[in-house]
Amino acid sequence: MNAKPISSPHISSARRVDEIMRKVIFALLPALGFGIVIFGWSALFLTFVTVSSAIVFEAICLKLKGGAIESYLLDGSAILTGLLVAMTLPPYAPWWIGVVGSGLAIILGKHVYGGLGQNLFNPAMLARVALLISFPIEMTTWVNVSPFFTGLDILESFKITFSGAEISDAITGATTLGFVKTGFSQAQLLPDLLSDYSGFLAFIGWERGSLGETSTLLILLGGIWLMRQGVIQWFIPVSLLASVTFLSTLFNLIDSTHYLSAWVHLNSGALMLVAFFIATDYVTSPNTPLGQLIFGTGCGVLIFVIRSWGGYPEGTGFAVLLMNSVTPLIDHYIRPRIYGRTRDGKPIEGG
Amino acid sequence: MFAFLENPKFRGGIHAEEHKAETCDKPIATNLPLPKKLYIPVQQHVGKPAEPIVKVGEHVLKGQLLAYSQGTISAPVHSPSSGVILDVQDFPAPHPSALPIRTIIIETDGEEKWFKYAIPEKPFELEPEEICLRVGGAGVVGLSGAVFPSAVKLNLGRKNQIHTLLINAGECEPYLTCDDLLMQERASCCVGGIRLMLRGMNAPKAIIGIEDNKPNAFKAMQAASAEFEQISVVQVPTRYPMGWDRQMLRYLTGKEIPADGRATDVGVIIHNVATAYAVYQAVCLSKPLISRVVTVSGGAVSKPQNVEVPIGTLMSEVLAFCDVENEKLARLIMGGPMMGEVLPHADVPIVKASSGILALSHDDIFEPEVKQCIRCSSCVTACPVGLLPLEMASRIKANKLDAAVDLGLKDCISCGSCSYVCPSNIPLVHYFKFASGELFSRQQREHKAEQTKRLAENRTNRMERIKAEADADARRVMEARAARQAAEAQAKVLEENA
Repeated sequence: MNAKPISSPHISSARRVDEIMRKVIFALLPALGFGIVIFGWSALFLTFVTVSSAIVFEAICLKLKGGAIESYLLDGSAILTGLLVAMTLPPYAPWWIGVVGSGLAIILGKHVYGGLGQNLFNPAMLARVALLISFPIEMTTWVNVSPFFTGLDILESFKITFSGAEISDAITGATTLGFVKTGFSQAQLLPDLLSDYSGFLAFIGWERGSLGETSTLLILLGGIWLMRQGVIQWFIPVSLLASVTFLSTLFNLIDSTHYLSAWVHLNSGALMLVAFFIATDYVTSPNTPLGQLIFGTGCGVLIFVIRSWGGYPEGTGFAVLLMNSVTPLIDHYIRPRIYGRTRDGKPIEGG
Repeated sequence: MFAFLENPKFRGGIHAEEHKAETCDKPIATNLPLPKKLYIPVQQHVGKPAEPIVKVGEHVLKGQLLAYSQGTISAPVHSPSSGVILDVQDFPAPHPSALPIRTIIIETDGEEKWFKYAIPEKPFELEPEEICLRVGGAGVVGLSGAVFPSAVKLNLGRKNQIHTLLINAGECEPYLTCDDLLMQERASCCVGGIRLMLRGMNAPKAIIGIEDNKPNAFKAMQAASAEFEQISVVQVPTRYPMGWDRQMLRYLTGKEIPADGRATDVGVIIHNVATAYAVYQAVCLSKPLISRVVTVSGGAVSKPQNVEVPIGTLMSEVLAFCDVENEKLARLIMGGPMMGEVLPHADVPIVKASSGILALSHDDIFEPEVKQCIRCSSCVTACPVGLLPLEMASRIKANKLDAAVDLGLKDCISCGSCSYVCPSNIPLVHYFKFASGELFSRQQREHKAEQTKRLAENRTNRMERIKAEADADARRVMEARAARQAAEAQAKVLEENA
């Protein structure tokens, strides 16, 4: 019998870190699978590269840190980071982009801060932004939708991913956001710029874009499932999407020739993935419901501002990193009200 | 402005596996064999310990006063059976430390002969003060585990002219069903006790809050209180810690007790339902509190059930009665699994606070490895008080106790919801208890230092005074001597002249 001074409670819920990670991975799989299907072999290779290198980097870091390796290595967090890195990369990106991405995410994004739970910035977004700034060509080569058996065969795909084969201009193009931004710079106006745009295909995900970001529908389903499972709460996704919707609708009403509609915003770039899977990262988002609403709204506003007036067509990565940096501040000032006290901590008046 | 983010009626909390089915359908066992020896600690309540008035070798009757209450906040203890006082000595207390406390040991004679108390003819017409006196004299204390002397609370209620008596029958801790069974089987006595409490406090109405996982108790209490319109029975959702009195109060009245205040500040007094039963026994039948219903459950117990146990019975005897398999026993707990205390062994007595004895098996206590915090905020969501357990724990880990206090450490009720939900299995409550203990000993050290300083100052002053007095004395002696010599000299001169 145990006579150690053990504190109550003596029972515990069955929910564990690895289970949470497993559920997030599970919720990502439909969108990732769809990305692999529509972009073919290269997408599969790239995912394999990021995930395996993420695990290797994780193992090295844990080894250097000392202590238990296995339980942390197997908790699924490295796999999740690898998957998220893959999903935010252009599907035909070369292997070394994947390795550098995973390395940035795991080493600079996570372990230099002390490992799981200690980092200030979301690792996947940190990797994405660092890669975008360092390797703009590789990071903005978007390929057309070319499902398995209709596009490149396995050998050609292998060469593109692993031996730097040229990607033919014939199969590349711009994303909706990039196309519109370039168009504006050439004094073109909106209804014309989107003459080929299909809102429905964008919603399904049948369009150019990052490996796992195109399908709004599948990401949304995964996100809703995560909410129903109690893994994430609604505060961040809803406030983020609502603020983007509100701002884009407002400006679209003011000047529909220069501002994209909410529908285009919601179905473009990394917005959905960020709203449900990136901004909701436990470690880098605030602790309280109110703090999370502020955080989500901040992300949404910054995304809209960068997309509309910034130098980059897509602003989700920058927006999330900026809001990550103010999370400690939000957590410092926004605290829940304690029972029997006012928000500033004084006892409430009796009676 | 942000009130919509807060559930006004219930905040946080958890829903654990209930484990109540094992015991809630079985009748209260009243056939526990009378133990050969009873061990009655003189302190089973909050406040000053009772003072024994019996001598070793003296024969006592069942219900006879053994030790009387001392001071305003205290409670007497009575003999749970008839027999001979063997000894008054130190004996291990039912506490994690099992440190010895003063205990009256009785060798029972098996006759169960009652001490004769006069039984009031019309107990419900007694004066309020008289009811409080009788409750106090019977040694009734809060039986939910807080063991605050009930008479003190009744007097407090009367003086503060409260408008509602809240009867806490939440019993939100998993496993425990002693209040449930008491209400199922002895509802009319519970209601009688509530009526006496109302009279004792001059309070107009009572609300009984029962979690909705106890439908039978709810029905029984409803039926028993049907004819008394001042008493209403309300079902509350099953969610731990609904039985936290401040939570129950907010749920049923919408009012919140100020952090520095008491329930009386919002016109309410809260009593436990088992306390109401004890009040009934004390006033209507003149029976002091000498036994209580105890839930015996857990994975290592073959016959989990509720047992009516004389106070002072060793837990080991109760466990044996319920067939505990010692090889399965992983942890012994007094109370519920969320807030109960670990006991190092079962050779400690059942006291007034013992609502349950849990003999948990390894399967019950599932203890995975402790991992790093992933800041998932599950603990923030689960905290019924509105604290930030993860932030408090990280401050305590860095030995920044004052920072933890700023975050609200002192408002923590140790309910365990945060530790329960933590996916990294971080023992958050352990951190908080450790920090509270550290703060307490720090306070004591400061107190001691101040005391020492004061004593030292006093001593210096005293020494100076003594020295000054001695000097004064010496001066006086010298002066007197000088005067005498002068007088003698003068006398001599006079004599010579004469």
